[in-house]
Amino acid sequence: MKVLSLNQRAALLSLVILVGGLLIWEAAIPAQKLASEMTEYERLTGAGSAKAGVPPPSQVIAKAWEQLSNPFYDAGPNDKGIGIQIAYSIYRVVAGYVLAALIAIPLGFLIGMSPIAYKALNPFIQVLRPISPLAWMPLALFIIQDSEGSAIFVIFICSIWPMLINTAFGVAAVRDDWVNVARTHELGALRTAFMVILPAAAPTIVTGMRISIGIAWLVIVAAEMLVGGTGIGYYVWNEWNNLDLTSVIFSILMIGVVGMALDALFGMLQRFVAYNE
Amino acid sequence: MTSFLSVEQLTQRYPDGDGGELTVFENASFGVEKGEFVVILGHSGCGKSTIMNILAGLSEATEGVVIMDGAELSGPSLDRGVVFQNYSLLPWLSTLKNVTFAVAARYPDWSREQVIAHSKKHLEMVGLNSDVFNRKPSQLSGGMRQRVSIARAFSISPKLLLLDEPFGALDALTRGTIQDELLKVWAGTEQTVFMITHDIDEAILLADRILLMTNGPYARVAESVDITIPRPRSRTEIVDHPNYYAIRNHLVQFLGIRSKEMAGKTDNADNRPQTVHIDELSRSATNRSKIAI
Repeated sequence: MKVLSLNQRAALLSLVILVGGLLIWEAAIPAQKLASEMTEYERLTGAGSAKAGVPPPSQVIAKAWEQLSNPFYDAGPNDKGIGIQIAYSIYRVVAGYVLAALIAIPLGFLIGMSPIAYKALNPFIQVLRPISPLAWMPLALFIIQDSEGSAIFVIFICSIWPMLINTAFGVAAVRDDWVNVARTHELGALRTAFMVILPAAAPTIVTGMRISIGIAWLVIVAAEMLVGGTGIGYYVWNEWNNLDLTSVIFSILMIGVVGMALDALFGMLQRFVAYNE
Repeated sequence: MTSFLSVEQLTQRYPDGDGGELTVFENASFGVEKGEFVVILGHSGCGKSTIMNILAGLSEATEGVVIMDGAELSGPSLDRGVVFQNYSLLPWLSTLKNVTFAVAARYPDWSREQVIAHSKKHLEMVGLNSDVFNRKPSQLSGGMRQRVSIARAFSISPKLLLLDEPFGALDALTRGTIQDELLKVWAGTEQTVFMITHDIDEAILLADRILLMTNGPYARVAESVDITIPRPRSRTEIVDHPNYYAIRNHLVQFLGIRSKEMAGKTDNADNRPQTVHIDELSRSATNRSKIAI
């Protein structure tokens, strides 16, 4: 018999765990009894009325098929396709994240290059960083007066810290030897920054960006539950209010899939900027 | 002061951590002529690397000046190429790009093709061929990395080439081949070279003149030994030259005994090194107390 490679064996095991898990889940859901099978007593106590239980995986898969085959339908404010909801969420994450990167990376450069800027700004960073991003929400709603803008602000404020800290750390840790190479070749400040410091610090900066996008995706779900209207977080909460647990489970899975895709994107970027000494 | 490079009364002091000062070297003075290959030998802690960094413009001396080609040095410049012990290649750039960025910095008016051709020529001069041009430094052996570094330094034709223990991290065999490459490349240029090493044989093979430093603190350049072995030299032949062991013994004696005996502060204001000229061929191992410059 041909021996399977490590990856093939791991994939096989994953598949077994998936199928096994789904079967156990399916078997664990008690079937709804038909009215004709019920005793008089059961009918009188209302056991026959539709009972909201955890749906079995077969229903979730059917729901996923239905939703994913038409992801972009728009049937009014409370009934939009999953694709539209995710697109709204991604739009907010990207907007807040890009704003954060535009500030965090240059500021991180400054802090990394200048010990005095580091010492001066460090107390502010240390106080602001541990604040739960959602704690900003009321203040953001009051100041910005717009739920959309507030959600973007919350993403901005949660994704700025890992990028800022990692950029500063990466820039400060650039080896003196490489800076000396730039100095002995008379590279100007700008060329030193782009030719030596940026590529040298890039792996650390991208690690910070990867952590940030992960946090942003975690936070957007909670933020959208609060601000409502559109987005995957709102969708989860809306389906909970509809008592449609099949859709809740399906959207939870979608949150995971999109989060994984975002992370993989930055994983690729990380491999692109990586170097071996 | 007619030397091409003239180091005048260089002194370096560091705070010693207890509120006092540590004087690494004091009033070190010496000259280097154009086209000369000068090697500096001394024990660790005598400030060789500090002198190197001052010449490179990467650090500043506490007192004293360095004059090159009639102008006082200040800050790093493309006039002085540096080969560091740890290669200092940029690990995210390919071999070729590690050279082209230097060439482009040196000759900003050149076209891309000119820059690449010039860089390739210098990489080939140190024995690297086109299949390593696109490799990253991490994919090269230590010897190859140092060749790239040497190619980069020669490619910008600096007025002064500074080599900071360039072969210190290499094994003995690789060191031998790269010393030969260096001699070959250097022979084709009028390049002035100032080099640090710990290796006496390497110093004799490469140098026109060896500067000997006493031990720190208060180190100084005590002697300047002429290497009276004709060029071109090869490692296998110079050992048969009658001057080889005479010079080698002198250097070993200095580093073993006199560097310690002569260590410490001197009141002698004129700290120029004594020239030592050993020539067994003319049967006169003389210690001419002549001023080196």
